[in-house]
Amino acid sequence: MKVFHALLALSVAAMLAAGSARAVELSIVSGDTGNGLKVLREILDRYEKASGDKVTIVAMPSSGTDQFGQYRLWLAAGNSDVDVYQTDVIWAPQLASQFVDLTQATRDVVAKHFPSIIQSQTVDGRLVALPIFTDAPALYYRKDLLDKYGAKVPATWKELGDTARLVMDKERAAGNRDIWGFVFQGNAYEGLTCDAFEWVVSNGGGHIVEPDGDISINNARAAAALDMAKAWIGTIAPPGVLAYQEEESRGVWQTGNAVFMRNWPYAYALGNSEGSPIKGKFDVAPLPAGTGEGARPAATLGGWNLAVSKYSKHPDAAIELVKFIASPAMQKYRTLRTANLPTIQALYDDADIAAQQPIIPQWKEVFLNAGPRPSAVTRNKYNEASSQFWNAVHKTLSGEGSAADNLADLEATLTRLKGKGW
Amino acid sequence: MRQRVRSAWLFLAPMLLVLAAAAGWPLSRTVYFSFTDASLSDLDARQWVGFANYVSVLRMPSGRVIHDGLLLDPVWWSAVWNTVRFAVVSVTCETILGMVVALVLNAEFPGRGIVRAAILIPWAIPTIVSAKMWQWMLNDQFGIINVVLINLGLIDHKIAWTASADTAMAAVLIVDIWKTTPFMALLILAALQMLPREIIEVAKLDGANPWQIFWRVTLPLIRPAVMVAVIFRALDALRIFDLIYVLTPNNAHTKSMSVFARENLFEFDKFAYGSAASTLLFLILALLTILTIRIGRISLEGGR
Repeated sequence: MKVFHALLALSVAAMLAAGSARAVELSIVSGDTGNGLKVLREILDRYEKASGDKVTIVAMPSSGTDQFGQYRLWLAAGNSDVDVYQTDVIWAPQLASQFVDLTQATRDVVAKHFPSIIQSQTVDGRLVALPIFTDAPALYYRKDLLDKYGAKVPATWKELGDTARLVMDKERAAGNRDIWGFVFQGNAYEGLTCDAFEWVVSNGGGHIVEPDGDISINNARAAAALDMAKAWIGTIAPPGVLAYQEEESRGVWQTGNAVFMRNWPYAYALGNSEGSPIKGKFDVAPLPAGTGEGARPAATLGGWNLAVSKYSKHPDAAIELVKFIASPAMQKYRTLRTANLPTIQALYDDADIAAQQPIIPQWKEVFLNAGPRPSAVTRNKYNEASSQFWNAVHKTLSGEGSAADNLADLEATLTRLKGKGW
Repeated sequence: MRQRVRSAWLFLAPMLLVLAAAAGWPLSRTVYFSFTDASLSDLDARQWVGFANYVSVLRMPSGRVIHDGLLLDPVWWSAVWNTVRFAVVSVTCETILGMVVALVLNAEFPGRGIVRAAILIPWAIPTIVSAKMWQWMLNDQFGIINVVLINLGLIDHKIAWTASADTAMAAVLIVDIWKTTPFMALLILAALQMLPREIIEVAKLDGANPWQIFWRVTLPLIRPAVMVAVIFRALDALRIFDLIYVLTPNNAHTKSMSVFARENLFEFDKFAYGSAASTLLFLILALLTILTIRIGRISLEGGR
């Protein structure tokens, strides 16, 4: 009897302890685009119900460049207020030392994800972030307008320029004053690095910095790619595109004022949402190829992951939360709501996803062929290298100096930045 | 006497302590970091490098000598130039407009109280909010500014305000002037209301016209107050950050000293270099403040 009482007391104590251990308050920072934050909240509501923990979202601006600066500052200060960070695919090498190693904790689930994505988040053998969705850009086009003028979906950038011009001119002649041919992300920020990386790679102009550390950007093919983009500004693309990030270009596109748009898959679900003026009028295709030798379609690999801060007071609960958000069920939920590309291989064969977000199964090939920006090779200097690159591109697009001159300058700057090695 | 000195120090002590903790300590840390090779990834691994962040000389094995460092960085000097240009133009416009507004508000007219309150609204809105608001208003495709200008027939195509090199600084200036003119107006208005009415009455009796009264009587009398307002505003303008950061981030034509420092401190792996920029920013501010005070005082004395 005594033993029974003791056991009872013990189990009650254990339950109480478990109960109090469970009632943890976590916070997660995210600066998602479109309805990303809303969907994250819905996922967290489910997690709160399942676990009893409470999770608050710290909302950040949608520009990754802005987020990174703030995160680096918080992490350097050992901030324990934030437990989970939503991180860009390129950040892992730069922030690795401040995040918890997830290798052990995620041993049971990593095999479900694409190995290449897990690899991108592994730094010196430590898995520093668990992927929740991946990203590969698409060429959005207005099906109705292309059909109206008998134009084909462009396979090369040159065709895109011609088609955009044709449709735009005819639409304007027909009284649609505000229409433009093509919108993309031309603001001086990480997004421009993504866009310009695609122009350069698709034209056979190399990868800015090659995997062996060689600076390859100063070549005629890369310059030709930038000259091509320069010619779009003010002709098929609005001059204001030089200040557009993702959401500004989507604003022009979704109000029906663009024939083509380069953007990430999240714009697919929003374009087809209730009340969207272009609902059902558009479709997506892989980005066009360049012209000449070595030309091929190219896409920049994006994607977002969750990392647990080394300074979190509840690392175990935070890891549970990360695993929950990255789980197949929640990735499926997210994909159905946002058209974000899942990182779980099996979801590309999912019948619900295929029916509601037909872009997803089509996009598996595109994202598997997407190329990473040179973040792994440039390590801690990636941000500065990327900023030098987008500045050179932005200068070229705004007409300050020729592409060839700006790329020659860029090569000199990058060489200095590289110093003895990346 | 000694007693009085002692109690004076006693009363000053709390303020000095707070100042040392809130301003002195961070400032000295920044200056210290600017002489190291600190990186935010691992602050503790820093090493003393002397003036290398400011000027460094690198001798290559080939015999070529490379000079480097903040003092030779064209991006930094372009940021300095942008900031000074911004400060001069914005403070000048704000002072003139603020003076006009203050003179109007100083006159008696029905509904003056409401107008006074209304004119302060731009100043009361947090900068980030007003910058975001203007960002939408200045948007090239769906911004209201372009719509209004086109409908009035003033422009024939939509202007990309924050994107183009020619208009980016103008856009920043417009927003700053809109926001800060009320502050200037308020300070000048306070000075105007302190003026004894008799002096102006006497001037009128002597047959001076309103123009003469303003230049010969009003302006010299409110000059000290205006000088204080100008110094306040100039210091504020020289460390401009939030407005530019929201409206035209990363645009080389509007990059200010603070934006440059932040970029190097937190975005690039150059914490020490950013600290050096912050230190120089502090020195430039201090220098300009001393200069402004000197010039202000000399012309004040000359007026008497």
